[in-house]
Amino acid sequence: MGMTMTQKILASHAGLEKVEAGQLIRTKLDLVLGNDITSSVAIREFEKAGFRAVFDTEKIAMVMDHFVPNKDIKAAEQCKSCRTFARNQAIHHYFDVGEMGVEHALLPEKGLVAPGELIIGADSHTCTYGALGAFSTGVGSTDMAAGMATGEGWFKVPTALHFHLNGALRKDVSGKDVILHIIGLIGVDGALYKSMEFGGAGLKSLSIDDRLTMANMAIEAGAKNGIFEVDEITLAYVNERVNRPYEIYKADPDAVYEKTYEIDLSAISPTVACPHLPENTKDAEELNDVKIDQAVIGSCTNGRLSDMAIAAAILKGKHVAEDVRCIVIPATQKIYKECIQLGYAEIFIDAGCIVSTPTCGPCLGGYMGILAAEEVAVATTNRNFLGRMGHISSKVYLASPAVAAASAVKGFICTPDQL
Amino acid sequence: MEVKGKAIQYGDHIDTDVIIPARYLNISDPKELASHCMEDIDAAFIHKVRPGDIMVGGLNFGCGSSREHAPVVIKEAGISCVIAKTFARIFFRNAINIGLAILECPAASDGIEEGDQIEVNFDTGVIRNKTKNETYQAQPFPPFIKAIIAEGGLLKAINKE
Repeated sequence: MGMTMTQKILASHAGLEKVEAGQLIRTKLDLVLGNDITSSVAIREFEKAGFRAVFDTEKIAMVMDHFVPNKDIKAAEQCKSCRTFARNQAIHHYFDVGEMGVEHALLPEKGLVAPGELIIGADSHTCTYGALGAFSTGVGSTDMAAGMATGEGWFKVPTALHFHLNGALRKDVSGKDVILHIIGLIGVDGALYKSMEFGGAGLKSLSIDDRLTMANMAIEAGAKNGIFEVDEITLAYVNERVNRPYEIYKADPDAVYEKTYEIDLSAISPTVACPHLPENTKDAEELNDVKIDQAVIGSCTNGRLSDMAIAAAILKGKHVAEDVRCIVIPATQKIYKECIQLGYAEIFIDAGCIVSTPTCGPCLGGYMGILAAEEVAVATTNRNFLGRMGHISSKVYLASPAVAAASAVKGFICTPDQL
Repeated sequence: MEVKGKAIQYGDHIDTDVIIPARYLNISDPKELASHCMEDIDAAFIHKVRPGDIMVGGLNFGCGSSREHAPVVIKEAGISCVIAKTFARIFFRNAINIGLAILECPAASDGIEEGDQIEVNFDTGVIRNKTKNETYQAQPFPPFIKAIIAEGGLLKAINKE
């Protein structure tokens, strides 16, 4: 019986020839990640447990991104505890204001993620790095503390769902629409405890940014990880950024999947997830009666340069609708600078948007765009749970940058074609 | 090990944003955090919960964010055990790692109603509904996980090694 891509990476990091679904294993970790919210808890647990030093100062990444630049005194204290720990422990990959970005956009950009690596992060969207053929999964702060101390983690080997992608994306359709479509198909617990493995000829039509968006939201289907076959598009991206050796894993031809889904990319339309679960998907065109108060374009899901380019192309020469606030957040300093250099920032500002320094802020209802009672937002973020972005009677519709930008112009949910 | 208390019931897909909203994640003190547990879907929770009470959910309990604050506030509020049809995987890990007992049991999730008196035996996985005089069988933890819980959490287990 063959192994899936995920199982092969887990086996190699456990020092085992073979693993089977359901097996409990202990593996070596290539990178342990945390943000300002989760690291501060992990540090407290690390110190309380009496650990003195981290296992490897090069294999820990701490990114101050959730409530940063500090939203209040309490957030400032949390960041301060991370900063002090990082300095005392000589943690190399510590990213603070001026260098930081939204963590899951930042790490791939910095070359901290390579195919075949095993990464845990105290942030549920750590599954993003599967786009590059790595095994990466979200954990809690205690797992992060244990990982920082020992360089090891425990896992139950997952079964897998296979998504066989065919065809090519249509105009104004991106990775966001594909993953929303898939979550709508299998539900928010459709991949619970499982891997989502993506392959097939359709990969050719998906850029790295599309894949990062899709792997990012694997958790919204309950998955342990999402992972893409490595191809020339992956290698072109990785080889520009990664200077260390890495290994490419392929699923065995007789790998066992619980189920295989055939996905025709050319059949997917601009898709929106309605409140209050990411599985409540509809075609954007059907939602023209949903008036919006706010549009958010950014986040670890859709704050990359190609997302900014899509939004800028739509907003160029136009203006956001009256009474709509449009918040654009390039996900990293590099992307922010490129938005300035390429003229996107000017387009956004002329269109009446604000352009913010990188932060997770509004996505989780932290700050920088909280919703009042009954307000409605269309957002390129990843969750639309009750109260996620503000008041419990507010509503969040999840969409692609194209739909969010077009909706900001019209004042209701629509596609770029409807402009 | 056995715990008992009254059931406090919720539905499917209880996410970590409603267990503890992100707007409170700048708070470090577990007691202060716990005062906001479940407030967006059940403002009465923190007033009605008594030490030992058992939280019952449906499918995919604890989905969403990886915030460990979620199992921490449930435990801090006095809940002795969470029973659900299924748990989201990060919540499942976090609960074990911080020593909050959880059991997957669809029959118990369907059978138990708000306010029922429940007894749970973690060694056998037997859940007893005293109010309805029913029993439900959950899968007890594998030895690997039992060892983590017995040591009082992951870090203590690692330290012992």
